[in-house]
Amino acid sequence: MIRTKNGDISSNHDKWEGFDIYDDGDGEATHNSGLYRGYVRKKGLMISLALVVLFVCIILAAHNGPLNISSLDIIRYILTFDNDGMGGVIWNIRMVRIIGAILAGAGLAVAGVVMQCILRNPLASPYTLGISSAAAFGASFAIIFLNAGSSITSIVSISNPYVTTISAFLFSLLATGAILLLTKVTRVSSETMVLAGVAISAMFAAGLSFMQYLATDSQLGNIIMWTFGDLGKATWSWNTLIMAVLLSVTLYFYYKRWDYNAMEAGEETAKGLGVHTERERITGMVLASVLSAVIVSFFGIIAFIGLLGPHIARMIIGSDHRHLIPLSIILGAIILIVADGVGQVILYPSVIPVGIITSMLGGPLFIYLLIRRYGK
Amino acid sequence: MTFFQVNGVEFSYKSTKVLDDISFSIEKDEVTSILGPNGVGKTTLMKCINKILMPHMGSVLIEGSDIHQMSRRDIAKNIGYVSQRGEMSRMTVFDSVLLGRKPHFEWEVTDRDIRLAGRVIHLMGLDDLALKYVTEISGGEYQLVQIARVLVQQPKVILLDEPTNSLDLPNQHMIMHLIRNIAIRNHIAAIMTIHDLNLAIRHSDKFIMMREGTIYATGDHSIITPENIRAVYNIDAFVEKVKGIPVVIPI
Repeated sequence: MIRTKNGDISSNHDKWEGFDIYDDGDGEATHNSGLYRGYVRKKGLMISLALVVLFVCIILAAHNGPLNISSLDIIRYILTFDNDGMGGVIWNIRMVRIIGAILAGAGLAVAGVVMQCILRNPLASPYTLGISSAAAFGASFAIIFLNAGSSITSIVSISNPYVTTISAFLFSLLATGAILLLTKVTRVSSETMVLAGVAISAMFAAGLSFMQYLATDSQLGNIIMWTFGDLGKATWSWNTLIMAVLLSVTLYFYYKRWDYNAMEAGEETAKGLGVHTERERITGMVLASVLSAVIVSFFGIIAFIGLLGPHIARMIIGSDHRHLIPLSIILGAIILIVADGVGQVILYPSVIPVGIITSMLGGPLFIYLLIRRYGK
Repeated sequence: MTFFQVNGVEFSYKSTKVLDDISFSIEKDEVTSILGPNGVGKTTLMKCINKILMPHMGSVLIEGSDIHQMSRRDIAKNIGYVSQRGEMSRMTVFDSVLLGRKPHFEWEVTDRDIRLAGRVIHLMGLDDLALKYVTEISGGEYQLVQIARVLVQQPKVILLDEPTNSLDLPNQHMIMHLIRNIAIRNHIAAIMTIHDLNLAIRHSDKFIMMREGTIYATGDHSIITPENIRAVYNIDAFVEKVKGIPVVIPI
């Protein structure tokens, strides 16, 4: 029997004689509502705490580099936006990379959160839905057929990064378009979208292998270098572009937080609550894809952030998107800063691209999360 | 003016006609049960009423306005829907109930929304579960949460698809009793699909018996006859009165 506070079910019927659903009855509701308000405040506090951790990570990451700069100086340079002298080292060399990490981590994580919600699938992410492999295909295409990476010397270099990036971006959009088209001709359901994503991803991966087979040695080197997601490529102009996309897309997602909450309760329930589920699914998918495409086409493949950020956030704060969206963003940023820091430190002075670190650490960490959450 | 009216609704999945010329009307303060065997189109009818599925023909009028001309959100203000298959996620019971206010707020829940949810949670005896995740409560308790949600939605018509599924005997009666009380006190209507004929008879005012996608009979208790049961469910049954209440006993 379901617990009813006031005891026996059958003697309970009378109280509903006066159950007016339009009455917000101050007295009776205060206790529950008070508890709930406290609970919401607690979640706000957790998000603030995560922000503090992010700030600490930024300071620690800003220590990475051949020049020794004291923590106090680093904090001072960062807080005062001072980029003269040593401040210039912090801002123009270290912070540009750290901000790149924050933007990429935040963007991939928020794209992951929304994809998992609208597709009702915990494995949905920019990586699993083929956006990354399409970008890799696009970059390889530019390197091989558009001579974007033709290096005459044996030194591996991408001579025309813009062409590579634009090609990667266009192919990511093509992949998203193909997923949406496939969904449209079948039916706009979450399952068809995920399946279409997996199929598209496999096709681009095959295409990538084929191009690698065709490539010359130096082109092959270029392709492989590109596919390692590397934050060392970060520049202020690209950071600004990513920031602009991230801000506008995130604002939209946050605006739709209650729609996503409704979709968590199931398709029909969401429709019954007035949510245009098909429209939200398509819009969310397009925006999340554009955001991840911008990030991936510039930095290269960074796997697992779109899964790890959201899943850790869900474990900590639950699936209410009012809190889940901000926390995932912060955690995505933290994870990427830490991963990049690890990549800079473990084989010092060589720097390992962050994409390799996230793949290496992401897999085991994800398995751990799975066991913790779903294990007996 | 009729409170709620369904006129000639038709619906097909691909080329199979599921609903054919469904028409009925319902008044305020009434609880209506839609009866019929599995696959007869009861759930499809519920979804067509709420425009979750778009009927190919026909109209649904609430206090004279056609819901097919309304925005989704306006429909949600008028009609609440409790689905048979609600999904659970890591949302608290309180948040899940509060979600029912979705059609009524623009940017964020107001203080009044929180009070309404708090009150319904209290009246349904869910206080102890309020801050638990719905993934941590039982199926029956989640059913109560879904009903609480539709109550804070404050619709004029409540649609419930098998509301007593996964509930034990006392809770089945509690929910049915609650729904009827809500309908009468708030001058709204409730329409539900239900398999338990005796539970339906005990707590409903009106019955719609469906056969092969059409309405076979509508009316009050008096249509629950051995002949109609035979025609709709294809089984033989006695209908006996116990303390004035008809009871169906399958043979």
